[in-house]
Amino acid sequence: MTPEEWQALSLSLSVALRSVAMVLPPGILLAWLLARRRFWGRPILDALVHLPLVVPPVVVGWALLMVLGIRGPIGAPLHDWFGIRLVFTTEGAALATAVMSLPLVIRSVRLSLEAVDRGLEQAAATLGAGPIDRFWSITLPLMAPGVLAGAITAFAAGLGEFGAVITFAGNVPGETQTLPLAIYAATQSPGGEAIAGRLAGISFGLALAGLLAAEALHRALSARIGRA
Amino acid sequence: MTLSVAIGHRFPGGVALDIGFTAPPGVTVLFGPSGAGKSSALLAVAGLLKPDRGRVVLDGVALHALAPSRRRCGVVFQDARLFPHLTVLANLRFGLVRAPRDAAGPSLEDVAALLGLDGLLGRRPHTLSGGEAQRVALGRALLSRPRLLLMDEPLAALDAPRRAEILPFLERLVATARLPVLYVTHALDEADRLADHLVLIDAGRVVAEGPPEALAARTDLPLLATRRDAGVLLRATIAAHDPPRGLSRIAVGDQVLTVPLRPEPLGAVLRLRLRARDVAVATENPQGLAAHSVLQATLAGIAPVGPDEVFLTLQAGSVTLLARTPRHAVSALELTEGRRLWALVRVGALDHGGA
Repeated sequence: MTPEEWQALSLSLSVALRSVAMVLPPGILLAWLLARRRFWGRPILDALVHLPLVVPPVVVGWALLMVLGIRGPIGAPLHDWFGIRLVFTTEGAALATAVMSLPLVIRSVRLSLEAVDRGLEQAAATLGAGPIDRFWSITLPLMAPGVLAGAITAFAAGLGEFGAVITFAGNVPGETQTLPLAIYAATQSPGGEAIAGRLAGISFGLALAGLLAAEALHRALSARIGRA
Repeated sequence: MTLSVAIGHRFPGGVALDIGFTAPPGVTVLFGPSGAGKSSALLAVAGLLKPDRGRVVLDGVALHALAPSRRRCGVVFQDARLFPHLTVLANLRFGLVRAPRDAAGPSLEDVAALLGLDGLLGRRPHTLSGGEAQRVALGRALLSRPRLLLMDEPLAALDAPRRAEILPFLERLVATARLPVLYVTHALDEADRLADHLVLIDAGRVVAEGPPEALAARTDLPLLATRRDAGVLLRATIAAHDPPRGLSRIAVGDQVLTVPLRPEPLGAVLRLRLRARDVAVATENPQGLAAHSVLQATLAGIAPVGPDEVFLTLQAGSVTLLARTPRHAVSALELTEGRRLWALVRVGALDHGGA
């Protein structure tokens, strides 16, 4: 492999890892809201978080560009006041990837949250644990299998995010050119078939390993809490 | 250590709950059929059910104003509700480490010894039997340094051998804990063995409350009187053992009864249920009867049970008995209140709880 190919691979891993870190806190919070709370507009929120599944990724990238671009309603103050720029940066690529994987994470977390026995939380309350204590000591450990499975799936899917990344963060080698973008670039240049083939093989292997790891971890964790 | 409870609640289905009682120190058993509202009342005391209106006051502390996690009610549920991701030891310590530092109570070692948990501490909940899990749940509640213990049919999910295994632990626990205990059950034998104070609940209301002996002797409480095992509760002292004949003598008030040989030592005090259908009456002193204790008694009351039977309330010295008799016997034997009778108590008719 050439240094450029290594660069694309390590960048892909870095972007996917950062995107998982970005998506987990809001993913768990949204899953909790959707699973546990009844509030006005819940169906709308539910539909909104699932949009990235059905909207073309390019459109998601475009929407991010509109909102977080240097002239966007959030992007402008970020840039002018704090000097933070997301477009055409690695952070931007990670953010676009995170938004795309949000529905995956919410789905997985929500399923595991709904499987948590509320009676155990009640028991914890009678033993003196307040709401936040209960979440950390009971709810989160019991839904950990779903959180981990969601994170690994998001990571594996994040390695391959194309449309949203290229639209929002561009195709900058070493900055935002992840594996799929590098494959795309290779196929566009004469004599790039061998490079594209190698990178495609790596993508395939990573995705498969990710899915298998998710399944194995889920099983191991479930067994630990006696739900095997 | 007095707990007073007043709860009013209307469930979405239209079922209404209006329950008020005062629990003296000791074990208060809420007894009634399934769906009567006794578990809901218990959950409201714990704060796990938010009633439309509710007052729960323990020794001047208004528990109803506190969040469930601050009420310090140790709750034992029908299902043990052990935390599956924690070991038995971590389950036991869960409430202990969250209890106020100045709250006194038994140590983990004491509780483990009392409930026979020493061999289980490293295990995970899904490897425990139902009885073991329930013992751990008892210990966990006790170790949270509770102000009172609430038990919601803790034995209902167990089979008969497991129940028999846990009941002695429970008796020891409530005797040593010195805490007010609210105990919900629809099993009369549990009420017989544990209750210091009995609250009868039916259709969302308190039907009667008082000492279990007093309620058992009443014929106007269908919840108790229409049962096959209706009868009086007697506080008995083991007076003599006669192993060659397989008999024991027990003193009840100023009377003495003969029963099959009891395992308890001389002087032990136990509460026995004498079923009304195991007591017969005769107008003359019967002779040559095997397997019966005969007591002289005065007929104190006649009350109908169903279409063709009556309860006779008999006063034998200081002891009140109930006898269940066919209705025609009342006219055939010219039974009237104040009449001198002999009560025939079948030996072996006495139940220690349901054991």
